Parts: sequence; structure tokens; C-alpha cells
Amino acid sequence: MCSLSLFPPPPPDGHTTLYESNNELVHSNSLDSYQKQEWDPPSLHISKETLKPHCRPESSSKSAFIHHQETLWMRTASAWHDAGLTGLLDEISHSANEVPKWMKVASCLTLALLRWTSFHGSLFPHLSMSSDDMITEFSQAMDWAGCSVRCLAWHPHADKFAVALLDDSIRVHNSKSATAPTLKHRLQRNVAALAWKPLCASALAVACQNCVLVWHVDPTSLSTRPSSGCAQVLSHPGHSPVTSLAWSPSGDILLSASPVDTSMLVWDVASESCIPLQRVGGGGVTFLSWAPNGSRLLAATPSSLFRVWETQTWTCERWPTLKGRCQTGCWSPDGSRLLFAVQGESLIYSLSFMDTPGEPLGQVGGSKMASVVADLSETTFNTLSGEVSRIGGEVQSLVWDPRGERLAVLIKGDLDRDTRAIIAIFKTRNSPVFELLPCGFIQGCVGEEPQLIQFHMQFKKGALLTVCWSSGRICHVPFYFVTAGLPRLSLGSSPPVSHSQGVNIDRQLFTEMST
Amino acid sequence: MLLLGQDHWFIKKVICWRAAASVAWSVLLLPAFTAAFVLLSRFSFFHPIQWILGSFSFIYGSYVIFSIVFLCLVVLSIGFFSLQFYTVVPSIPCTRIALLGKVLHPRQLFHSFSHCVMGIFVFWCAAVMIGGRYQALIIPCSAENSFESIHMCLNEYHLFFLLAGGFLGFIYSLLYVVNNMNYVSFPCIQQYKYLRVKGAFPLVIKHSAIQALYSVRNFIIVYYFLGYIPRAWFCTAMNLKRDSSALSLDSLAGLLDFSLIYHLWLSGTFLLMIWYTTWLLFKIYITEVVCFPVQTAFSEKVNECLPKVLNSKQPPVLKYLALQDFALLSQHAASRRHEVFSLSQPGGHPHNWSTLSGECLSLLNDLTHKLIAYQEAIASNGRVKQQPVDGDNRSSLSGSSVTGPSSVEDSPPWQEQSTTSSHTTKASTSVFKPSLSSLKSPLTAPFSPDINSPFGSPALKRLTASIDPGSPWYGSVQSPHLIRRGPKLWTSSTDSPLNGRSQREIPILPCTSPGPQKPNFLTVWLQNGFDQVKHFLAKRVLVMYLFNKLPEASSQALFADSQAHIWALEGLSHLVAASYSEDKFGVVQTTLPDILSSMLNLQKAVDKHFKLPHASSKPVRTSGSLVDASYKTLRFALRAALKTAIYRITSTFGDHLTTKNHQKPLQYSTVQSKPNYFKKPAFSDHLQLPVCVYYA
Repeated sequence: MCSLSLFPPPPPDGHTTLYESNNELVHSNSLDSYQKQEWDPPSLHISKETLKPHCRPESSSKSAFIHHQETLWMRTASAWHDAGLTGLLDEISHSANEVPKWMKVASCLTLALLRWTSFHGSLFPHLSMSSDDMITEFSQAMDWAGCSVRCLAWHPHADKFAVALLDDSIRVHNSKSATAPTLKHRLQRNVAALAWKPLCASALAVACQNCVLVWHVDPTSLSTRPSSGCAQVLSHPGHSPVTSLAWSPSGDILLSASPVDTSMLVWDVASESCIPLQRVGGGGVTFLSWAPNGSRLLAATPSSLFRVWETQTWTCERWPTLKGRCQTGCWSPDGSRLLFAVQGESLIYSLSFMDTPGEPLGQVGGSKMASVVADLSETTFNTLSGEVSRIGGEVQSLVWDPRGERLAVLIKGDLDRDTRAIIAIFKTRNSPVFELLPCGFIQGCVGEEPQLIQFHMQFKKGALLTVCWSSGRICHVPFYFVTAGLPRLSLGSSPPVSHSQGVNIDRQLFTEMST
Repeated sequence: MLLLGQDHWFIKKVICWRAAASVAWSVLLLPAFTAAFVLLSRFSFFHPIQWILGSFSFIYGSYVIFSIVFLCLVVLSIGFFSLQFYTVVPSIPCTRIALLGKVLHPRQLFHSFSHCVMGIFVFWCAAVMIGGRYQALIIPCSAENSFESIHMCLNEYHLFFLLAGGFLGFIYSLLYVVNNMNYVSFPCIQQYKYLRVKGAFPLVIKHSAIQALYSVRNFIIVYYFLGYIPRAWFCTAMNLKRDSSALSLDSLAGLLDFSLIYHLWLSGTFLLMIWYTTWLLFKIYITEVVCFPVQTAFSEKVNECLPKVLNSKQPPVLKYLALQDFALLSQHAASRRHEVFSLSQPGGHPHNWSTLSGECLSLLNDLTHKLIAYQEAIASNGRVKQQPVDGDNRSSLSGSSVTGPSSVEDSPPWQEQSTTSSHTTKASTSVFKPSLSSLKSPLTAPFSPDINSPFGSPALKRLTASIDPGSPWYGSVQSPHLIRRGPKLWTSSTDSPLNGRSQREIPILPCTSPGPQKPNFLTVWLQNGFDQVKHFLAKRVLVMYLFNKLPEASSQALFADSQAHIWALEGLSHLVAASYSEDKFGVVQTTLPDILSSMLNLQKAVDKHFKLPHASSKPVRTSGSLVDASYKTLRFALRAALKTAIYRITSTFGDHLTTKNHQKPLQYSTVQSKPNYFKKPAFSDHLQLPVCVYYA
């Protein structure tokens, strides 16, 4: 088992992590000493002041344009139009001084009843939360409600990524083009997740408050504001807020999950129809993660239970956890190992699966029990400059690079215990035996906390981790290393393309870096 | 007519058994439905214990047992109708008149009539089970002069129930045809049957309840206005009296009876639930995956192998299931993929792969040709094309006219360009046998939606045959223009043959005029007269309403069988991607150029098609409804599947596609030759589909 005490001490305050080379992370106290690469992904700084969040996040974006003193009748009508019956009741119960008291009570009761009936009789504490709180609770971002960047997604094949911002807009940044289209839609509110469609140039799925939007942004288009006609709206009654999305790696179906809906929806995007996959128990689905080889799927619930589905006949294995709900999880590139973290524990668990999913048919093929692979409990470090820093805690987010060589763990901080949020990097190897080795910590500028982490999907020289910081800065931390003969990730588990050439490039780069 | 093509081994061995199993399950569910119905029909808020006890004692009574036996027969016939009417290729009417024709087709009329009768039976059972005032049709009069001989009176409540049953049955049958509910769509994920039933069952209840509510409302309105007719008819025919003391039901006071409406709605829900459950189970059973062996050691089983099934003339449902299995095996089953890539034992030929890929490619090429022909037809709208001056062509075509009715089925020239023979239409082995006829539908004849559609089947063939030179009617009409124009009189085009097909018919008909340069007087006169009539009729609103094309329908009809193409694309692309690591003998390498060029050609045709008006407009989405409208969006699904398939191959092979072998088809497939467009991997830079470059 790996623990934080094996890690090298974190860089002193004021130092920023730049890149990894020669098996160690390089820190520096100025951003200018950045190693120039052949390809430079756009580093952005999106400060909160430039964005204008809505005064009333629950109501529609219309409130930004229409005067606020509109009548109750108008507001209820628009709420009905936007969010259906629930929205209507919500609006009535929120405007207490304009409606008779009996009406407010009645609408509150109806709302509670509606929620309760859709929860299939089992009451869960998360159902009483407002949808904003629910997304904040279940999102992979550290501070979803407060930070200017809410989620980020790299395209699986191209050098471009999409970021969802606090003002409910989405920007698509392309390394090769200066235009960054901004996507806005009337229904695009409270974006909790983004997902690019694999094997497609342009389709981006967005998890919104009441629906899933699928944008089709032509990459060759020069338009900076694609019209909302480019977006398909996928909505289903009782399925809001949507907190997680997952495309199948073969690109044919999209899954969406909501913490208040016990069924996750399998969308056939072209026909805009869905098949609900319902399993009672757990009270909803908060987080989805599809194995890169497409054979299995992790679905976490708000209670201490998660499921692993096999994707051939769609049967599932239940995994009750003891401590709390499953917060996050990630798959090894070959889909044979699942790492996950549970709320309330500072541990990383591993679950291994048999190689052939669905054989015999309808079997997920998980091992009998999960094993602890890393202990992230609180540890005290003495930094080089002599300061004492305390690091460790629960895991907020786990990401594994597409080659299976680096694992990034976003560790939550705790103000009471004076621990800070930080990103810990592990070196990993999946075959022949699973290995987890400490690599180091990634730190931002002074006063910045990590917010979101995500690996680039096609970085040729190793791995590239994109980190969003609480200040709104998005930076990229490359890890330069030579793949030890592991196949490059590609669909259908193909062998590496011109592997020797790739190694040569890496080696050249490696020598460059060392000089 | 009904038992057409039922003697195929697959139909006998698989489909019939599946249908039987689905009907058996519906019969087993029947007692549960009936018990729930009895319980709810006797609901009493103030006496709950009495209600429950009374209901349970009644359930074991003879009335209910008898009703269940009776309802079993109804379920059996519903299952029979499902088996007879199901289709995997939806028939899409292109005009309102075609839709009307579909509804009024004898086969559909028979369907409606039987459902009316069955609806009456079910409501009769429901009336008997509810009991009380609904029990019998004839009751003794409750007249005050009871000292006289007892008169028998008509129980209007019972009659009301029976008529409602007939009405609901008719509405069910009508919606069945209008919503294409005989179309069996295949789900995008494979679940176990039990889970699928469980998932769809709440939807069945909801849909039945809502549809019953609307139907009951409509029935009450109809009865309010027209109810006196059947009542008087029954009274006269059966020599009954009307109970003068009872409230008549076609009055407002009589109809505003909450318990009557509740019982009517409950019975309607009961009826629709039974029928929809049978229908749902049938669909779920039919679409279950069949696993075909790729190769077999036993010679008697050779016909059941996947290559053989795909390669030969088969019922469409078998083709569909085989293609579905093909797509799944390419994705999930490594051992079966290995069999596909294997070589035949003596000889060492990749028979499995070449048969499978050849069939898929011919499917895709057929679709490409169909799309190109459609686009040409649209493009030539309003312009007269040059007649084929080729003597050979002419003589062969007129020669075919001598042979009689087959000339109508003759394939247009684009079919000859394809690898398949020109007689594919009749001897077609591919899934979309009705392709040509469905292609014809949006273009030539608003009257003839589809040869295979219920409307088109026998009557249409007779109709088309009557235009044939062999028919007596032919001789009486001298002008070729009249005949040429006949079928498309009501289309929006003004003065020219709309498409290639109708032109092809011109040389078939030996003109009385010596040549096309000298139109005779009669022709001109007839044409003028005809134009006037047409002009006159085109101004009538109703005629325009009936004969105008529905905006999206022709696009939908063109892609009606695209599920097969989607599976072919998925299967091919997954196999090609897998071949990169699994194909030890390189069998895929030989066909890869063909596969790529077919896909790119199709991509080009599809992209062009989506630039046509109405092609890219989406139908209104019905969320969470039982009615399956997925056939309306098949073209979008095909477009997405095609792009994904091309990307899958290009991203797997990457730079290898720029090697010499593969550049040839790519050049060949392009309009402007840009041989090195594959130098860059497909996903690089601006991430656009390489094909788009050519005609963007």
C-alpha cells in the first residue's frame, strides 16, 4: 500500500509545478521558466469578475433581460414552460409574499409529495437539497458553486477542450485555431458535466439543470456564437438535475444520470429517444464512468452503494460500501481495473475484473472484494524552506491518463484541520502486476486551490494533465516519460502505430529535457 | 394472402415460436389484469372491507372464469394479428391520399373490423364482470303498469358499453396503422426480456389510461349526437321497448354520470392494457437477438450460418436479425470474429469474410445509388432530360415492354451500374427488396406509396399492370403523355416528367406519332385539356390538401430500411478496426479499399441529401411515449453511424491509410482528386471529415 509519507515533500509556497521530467516534478517560482513545447495548449485565465452569474440561479436566464417586477402570473407561466410542474410549484413556494399562504403550503406539500413519489418510497437525505446544492455535492469539481470554471472536457481525439463557466456558457478552445466559440442556450443552466462524443469531430454533450444538450459545433466554422439551433435537447420527465454523462467509447450511445432519478437513461442521440435502466436502491445515480474499452461502466449512487454494469446485456453488480457514497472512480485503459474513492475515507480502493466481460453472458466478472491500494490520510511534511505543511484527506476526483502510467488524485482540504487541497500524482503500472508509486505533488500559485483535473487524451510524449485552479486559471502540466512498451490507447485495443518511431521522439525529447 | 412466406425455416422455427411464447405470456398475465379490473371496478370508498371481500369472492365466480376464457381467445387473435401484420421496414405514406389509401386498404379494413368485434367482446366481458345495471342487454321493463304482461326492454347501459367497445377497437386499429405500430424497431442496447418488459410496463399502463380517456371522451361526444340510431335500430330489430322511466343516455343528464364514465374508462384501460401488453411482448420477443453460427461443420446446418443467411433471399426479419447479430459479433465476440477472419480449410479462401463484407457493401452501394437517383430526380424537376438515343437501350427497353407486366418492375439504369445485375428488383437478395418501390413512391405516384405496403400490395399491382401495354385499356388511350402524366398529375411539378423512372417508361409505349419532333394534333389537344383540368383541380383546396406531398415523408421513406445499413456500417467498421490486431491472414486488407470507397461515396450522397429541403428538419419529439417514432429519424441515425464508422477506421489505421494500396480507392471516390488528403490523420487540426473537403 502506498501512503503519502512516501511522497517527496511539496514545493515551498510560491513555487508552481511546471512539468515532470527525469522522473521528478519540476517546480519554479515563476511561470516564465515554462519549458517550451512543440505544441502549446492554450493556458487561460478566466477570472470571476469577467463573468456575470445570474442573480437568481434557479430561475431562467430570462431574468437577465426582463424586468424583475413582472407579475407572478408571468413568472409561473415561464416556470411552467421551462421546468414543468415542478418549476411551477417551486416558483409559487418561493414567492411567499405574493401568494396566499394556503397556496404556498399546498405547493410545498405537492412538491414534497412529487419528490417523494419519484424516490420510490425510500427517503434519502439528498432529496431534500435544492438542485444547486445537489450538483455542488455530487460534482467532480472542488467548489462547483463558487469557482468560475465548473467543468472541463478534453476532446478524445483532437487538441481541443471545452470549459463550462459560472455564467452557464461553454467555451471551446482549440489549440490550432484562435476562435473560441461560446455556446449559450436558453436551457443551458447549471452545467454539471461535459462530454465529447468519441469518434466524432463535433458533438459535445452538456449536462444541464433540466435536460441534456448535445451541441454540434462544426470545427471549421468561424462563428464565435453558434446558434442554439445547433443543439439537440434531450429531456425526460423526472430526470433533473443531470450531474453526470458518459458516451460509450464506440460513440453510439450516451448515458445520463441524475441524483433524483433511480434510472439512468440510455440515449440514442440521433433519434432522441431513451431507454431507462432502472435499479431501485441507492436513490439515484450521481457519477458515471465508462471503461475505455467499453466493456464496463461504473455508476455511483448518493447512498453507500455503487454498481458496475457490463455493457453487453446490461446487467449489474452491486457494491455496498461501508463508509459512504462513492465519490469518484476511474478505469485502467484496458478496463480490467477500477480505482475508486469513498466519501468519508482517505483511501483509494482497487477492484479488478476478469478479462472477458459478459462471458458467461450477463456476468460482470468483478473480483470478490476491493483492496486498498493507497492511504491518503493526513501527513505532515517539512518543506525545503523549513515550513511545515499538512496534506491529506478525502478524495474529490481521480483521473488516470490514457496510457495508464500516471494517476492524478485531487485531495480535499480541510480548513479546521489546516490541511490544504492539493493534487497528488502517482506512477502506475497495470501489467503484469498493479503497481502504484509516489511521484509528487502539484501546486499552483499562492492562494490557489485546485478545482478540476483532467488528462489530455492524445498526448504523444507522455501525459498532459490540465488543472483548473480556483482563481480561474487553467494550466497544463506535462509529464514527459517513455512508455514501457504499453500499447497506445486506441479503440478496439489496437497495437501501437509506428511504435518505434514514437519511442524515438520520446527519447529525443527526454535527452533534450535533461540537458 | 395472410400466410405469405410463412413456410420459411426461420419463420417456422424461430418467429412462430417466439410469437407463441409472447402470446402465452400475455395469456398468463390475463388473470392478474382481470383481478385488478374487478377490484377497481367495485371500488367503494366507504366500505373498504366489504369491497375487498366481495371482490375476492366474485373473482372465483363463474362469470370471471368464463370471461377469462373468452379474453384468452381475444388475446390469441391479437397475437395472430401481430404476427401477420408486423414489419421491420415501415411503410411511410408520402401524401395524405396515400395515408387514406392505407387506412382503406381491404387488409386494414379487415383488421379494423376484427378489432371492432374483439372490442365488443372485451367490453361485453367487462360489462358482465362489473355487473349491476350493465349486466344484460335485455331487461324486464320497470314500467308502472306491471300488472300487464311483462315487457322486455332494452338496457341502454349495456348497449352503450358494447358500442364503446367497438369504438375503442376501431380507434386502436386506426392508430395502429397511422402510427405504424406494426413496425418492429430494434433497441439500441441488448437487455434481457424480463427487464425490457419491466421497463416498458409502466409506460403501457400510462399510455392505455390516457388513450382510454381520450377515446371515452370522443365516444361520449359521438354517442351524444348519433346514439339514437343504434338504439332505435336495436329496439326495432329485437322488438324491444325503450324503458320510458329510465334516463336516456344521449342526453346531457344521462351522460354526466360519474360512475358510468369511470366504468367506461376503466374498461377501456383494461382493453387497451391487454392489447398493448400482447403487442409489447410480441415486439420484445421478436427483436431478441438470434445468435447465428459463423461457420459449421454440419452440412445440413449450412443454411443457418450467418454468411449464408445474409447472402441469399430471405424474409426481411431474418435479414435484420442476422445483421443485428453481425453488428454485435463484430463488437463483442472475439472468438466469433476469429471465425470470420479464418480461411476455409481446403483451399484457404476467406469465404466467410468475403461473403459478409460483400453483402454489407452491396447494401451500402444500393443505398448510395438510391440516394443518387433520388437527388437526380429532384434536380431534374422542371427540366426535360435528353432521351436516351442509344438504340440498344431503346430496343432492350421496348423489348421488355413486350414481355408484359415485368416492364413496370424494370430497374432504372443506375441499377445497372451497380455490381448487382439489372434484375435485382425481382431476384434481389438484399434486405431492401422494397427499396425500388419505395423509391418510386415519393417520385412518381402519389397513389402508390409502396408495393409492399398494405395499400399497395395486390390492388396496386393490378393498377400498375393496367397501364401496361398488354392491357385493353392501353389501346383506348392513344397519347403517351397522358399515361406518362397520369400518375403524377397532382404533384407540384408543372410540365415535365419528374424523374428518371417515368422517362424510362416513354420508350416502352409505342407512340402513334412518327417521332417526338412532330406531336400530332390529338396529343396537343389532349394535353391542353389535361393541363386545364389539372389547373382547375390544383386550385381546389381539398385536392391540394390530399395530394400535396408531406414535407419529410419522402426523406423518411427513402431511409425506411436504414436500420440494416446502420448495422452493416457498425459491423464492417468494428470488424475492420478489430482486424488491425486480430486478422492474422490479412483477409481484410484486400477489401479495405472497397469498404472505404463505399463508405465515402455513401457519405457524399448522404451529405448531399441533407442539403435538400426538409431533409434535415426533425420531427416533433414524443418523449416517454409508447408509440415508437424512431423510424422517422433513421436518416439521422444513419448519418451519425456512417461518420462514426469512417472515423473508427481512419483512427484505427491512422497513417497506414496513406500507403499506396489505399490511396487508389480514395482518389477514385473523390470528385476532385486530392490524393494526399489522408496524409494527415483524420482527427488532426480542424477535425473535419476528410470527405467534406471535396465538395465543401
